[in-house]
Amino acid sequence: MSTPVTQRHEFVLYFDVTNGNPNGDPDAGNMPRLDPETNQGLVSDVALKRKVRNFVALVKEQEPGFEIYMTEGATLNNQHKKAWKALLPEVTKDDDFKRLPKDQQKAQELTRWMCTNFWDIRTFGAVMTTGVNAGQVRGPVQFGFAKSVERILPLEISITRMAATTEKDAEEKGGRTMGRKHIVPYGLYRVHGFVSAPLASHPTKGTGFSESDLELLWQALTQMFDHDRSAARGEMASRKLIVFRHQSALGNAQAQSLFDRVKTWRVHEGSVQEIGSTATDNWPPARKWEDYKVTIDREGAPAGVEILEY
Amino acid sequence: MAVRLHVWGGLACFTRPEMKVERVSYDVMTPSAARGILEAIHWKPAIRWQVDRIHVLNPIRFQSIRRNEVGTKASAANAASAMKRGTTDGLGIAVDDNRQQRAALVLVDVAYVIEAHFTMTDRAGPDDSAAKHIAMFNRRAAQGQCFHRPCLGTREFPAEFALIEDGAALPPSTLDKPDSDLGWMLHDIDFARGNESRFFRAEMKGGVIEVPPFDAAAVVR
Repeated sequence: MSTPVTQRHEFVLYFDVTNGNPNGDPDAGNMPRLDPETNQGLVSDVALKRKVRNFVALVKEQEPGFEIYMTEGATLNNQHKKAWKALLPEVTKDDDFKRLPKDQQKAQELTRWMCTNFWDIRTFGAVMTTGVNAGQVRGPVQFGFAKSVERILPLEISITRMAATTEKDAEEKGGRTMGRKHIVPYGLYRVHGFVSAPLASHPTKGTGFSESDLELLWQALTQMFDHDRSAARGEMASRKLIVFRHQSALGNAQAQSLFDRVKTWRVHEGSVQEIGSTATDNWPPARKWEDYKVTIDREGAPAGVEILEY
Repeated sequence: MAVRLHVWGGLACFTRPEMKVERVSYDVMTPSAARGILEAIHWKPAIRWQVDRIHVLNPIRFQSIRRNEVGTKASAANAASAMKRGTTDGLGIAVDDNRQQRAALVLVDVAYVIEAHFTMTDRAGPDDSAAKHIAMFNRRAAQGQCFHRPCLGTREFPAEFALIEDGAALPPSTLDKPDSDLGWMLHDIDFARGNESRFFRAEMKGGVIEVPPFDAAAVVR
């Protein structure tokens, strides 16, 4: 494995949805999540982390050290068994662990082992009931909630199924049942994320989240929707990932000043306006990525901060 | 050695301990959450942060969010036995089988000013001086540096922060009800005594909550 991450990062990810439901709200009958005050769409942090995990599980299926602790559906563990034995035969030595003097040290060893083996624990952390310091592993990577850049319009689509589940239904309803789908015709979402380097590289608190893990994270963020197709999601795609790489572990600039450099604009017939500007009042609603424009202000960027685009 | 830090964010959840299954946030930031934010910027075992005052700058508004959450924690015993066996077989948690849907009543669009100072602990070494730590904190906060990204109660609600320099004015407030009795609120958790929670009577006067010292008589178990 490569070296732990020693530079702070912030990132802005733009992703969009066309005729799909990016994240259903269990409180609202699986309608797309909405901020009730502004009608902007929301996608929870955990929904995105789920997709990152699924992507990593998919591309690193056979590799030890990239297992996913919080698995969805069938666990693929049996396939990993061989790889395990090949890579870490020394772990089988029971004696090493029996001789551990103190509970705290044992707990630390255990945490480290879990971090080494499970990519998601290394990245996002996990709550382990070790009893020492609440047994929490804080991962370096943190997501906020994603919010659509403009108001979204959730639509309810009624659909028919030409079959019934039970015989009773079949008799009563003539063999047909109706269902509902909720879709967003179009929505561009923006999410902010953080990579706190000390939580990766600190001698005791660090999880060992490495440079190659970071590369995998960027890859996951840009490609995760490509492997998450389903009837509910419609067409989702990552559109732009902007990464701010600080030179130091603690960072070289305020996060908000960096996020403010990334702006979203509305585009219509060659005219570019700020979102919410009165000039856009009689514009048709945005229905595609090209109806938006994202700019990055690189002018006078703070020293020690590198702006990368993926 | 006092510092003032402006913190804000779109969402926040300072969970009430009596309602943490379906989380309900306190009306305002707790002193323990404020301490966590300060520690995210600068902390060493040699110092202990003490929050003196919390200024509430924005109207108190709530929003409900329901999410699918995992109902179990990672088992250390399972991990220990797997580590001995040298395989990760059967270690994962299948989230579909451990699903809980939980609502959280969270705060929307919050902004605070934390006024705090620190005291030196008995773990302070010979080269630990208050001046050194205050300088470190101020330098980091002014430059937007942090050990890890501070959050507003839970990690999915990241906090933005800015140092308020000595003598500088406080950010403008839009708080609509500056005087209210917020009831009993968590002060902090006493980690020296088996993680015991301690509470205080939070009263907001003119948008400011005075926080008694952790060992004051007003702070009860």
